[in-house]
Amino acid sequence: MAKKYELNELEVWDGNMAAAQALRQADVDVLAAYPITPSTPIVQNYSKFLADGYVDGDFIMVESEHSAMSGCVAASAAGVRAATATSSQGFALMVEVLYQASGMRLPIVLTVVNRALAAPLNVNGDHSDMYLGRDSGWIQLCSYNPQEAYDLTLMAFKIGEDLNVRLPVMVHQDGFICSHTAQNVYPLQDEEAAKFIGEFKPVNTMLDVANPVTHGVQTEEDWHFEHKARQHNDLMNSFSTIKKVFDEFKDLTGREYDFVYKYKMDDADVAIFALGTTVESARIAADQMREQGIKAGVISLRVFRPFPFNEVAEALKDVKAVATLDRSAPGGTFGALYNEVSAALLAHGKNPVMLNYIYGLGGRDTTIDMLKEVYKELDECAKAGEAKYPLQQFLGLRGPKLAFY
Amino acid sequence: MGKKSLKDIKDVNEIKELGWDELIPGAALFSFTEPVEDVVEVPMDERPYAPTNSHEWQVGDWRVEKPVYNRDLCIDCQFCWVFCPDMSILSRDKKMIGVIYEHCKGCGICVEVCPTNPKSLLMFPEHLDNNEALKMWPKKEEKEK
Repeated sequence: MAKKYELNELEVWDGNMAAAQALRQADVDVLAAYPITPSTPIVQNYSKFLADGYVDGDFIMVESEHSAMSGCVAASAAGVRAATATSSQGFALMVEVLYQASGMRLPIVLTVVNRALAAPLNVNGDHSDMYLGRDSGWIQLCSYNPQEAYDLTLMAFKIGEDLNVRLPVMVHQDGFICSHTAQNVYPLQDEEAAKFIGEFKPVNTMLDVANPVTHGVQTEEDWHFEHKARQHNDLMNSFSTIKKVFDEFKDLTGREYDFVYKYKMDDADVAIFALGTTVESARIAADQMREQGIKAGVISLRVFRPFPFNEVAEALKDVKAVATLDRSAPGGTFGALYNEVSAALLAHGKNPVMLNYIYGLGGRDTTIDMLKEVYKELDECAKAGEAKYPLQQFLGLRGPKLAFY
Repeated sequence: MGKKSLKDIKDVNEIKELGWDELIPGAALFSFTEPVEDVVEVPMDERPYAPTNSHEWQVGDWRVEKPVYNRDLCIDCQFCWVFCPDMSILSRDKKMIGVIYEHCKGCGICVEVCPTNPKSLLMFPEHLDNNEALKMWPKKEEKEK
């Protein structure tokens, strides 16, 4: 039996410690992991908890991230709670197995500390890995600070393991700015957290020897389409479970989460749509713009997948100009946020000016002043009722102005 | 879960018509239609195989050469039964009976591991009648002095 970990009402944790503590409190049975910057301290902290007697489960040290996720798939199919952590190249190496996990409907939890993808090699934060996972069939939750990384990691188990969902869940936090920045975190006590998440409920477990079951089967043109359709259906329907878990968490802690995050959006004329820690910077920029008389707001996704299409459109219905900020190299088109937010607005008959900014790649600083520049450009567009700038610009880039469309 | 349960279906062809809402999430496939305690003690032909069990799928037509079994030479050592990767060797009470041609893919491992001289299992062309094959069986190989 694991020892109880004494926690203060208020702890000072970086995002990695927050995620590690949540994994410990979730009473994970199998954690198979391979270290990679900047997520290494999650599994390093966890292994220290194990060595000090605070963890009952097994820690499997593997030779790659591909094996880390494979170990989680095997453990989950065998009928126990499994989790791991990764970043960047490790995430990329896991991708094949991410699709296995979601297709096999295994509620694994993956804490992702977002980092750029090589080449050129870079250990700092951007959202390339998060975007790489966006078609993998996982639920993707986004945090902006260590408190949220902790909260969402706890909730990830409860969401994914719900019998109506049974899908794996990623919890994203930004490399270094969140993962290595110590901030105030109000944790739950161990028994409260365990009670909130509940016992793991095995489904079609491989270790029921009287009822042998095959996992990871081959299906060709006869069945594959139906299985993928069912998987998509259940992912789309997971909104109701996510909402239920968010509500239960609010009742327990007072901390409120929604599919879409909104800051001063009620009367906003211009809005920055960003993910991750940039949300907190944009809030400060929005406040400063409001002092200048510009009604600025910030909007973000708490749930990146499934994409809250209708809620995004509703939140932006009265906005005159929107900047979607994509922190991932767009690879020959607009950033993903731009495409998805534009589609949501178009389908709801809304046609605000839409600008796309590519920013912060490889950990490039995004300052309050830069975000205020974005608001100023949006304000010009809002007043003119049309795009006064190219639709895609690069923010904070050295050299001649780079813009497309 | 959908209208009918995959576990209730007895006929392989009925599975092929199932809609997306009727399949088991994650494509988990069950071996039996009901739990079987101590399965190793239940003979193969008495197990409640589910239609999703590979026992119900005939893959013998993948074969180009087949193993033919010669009862007269066999010493019932069970090597072929142990090594067959497709459970296609039929044996009862440690007595060899023959090859299950519905599932044998013709890999030849049983022939390779057979220790008798001459071998009690040999590969022959698929089209050749087994009785014809038995007439063509080679003689015992003499050890070279």
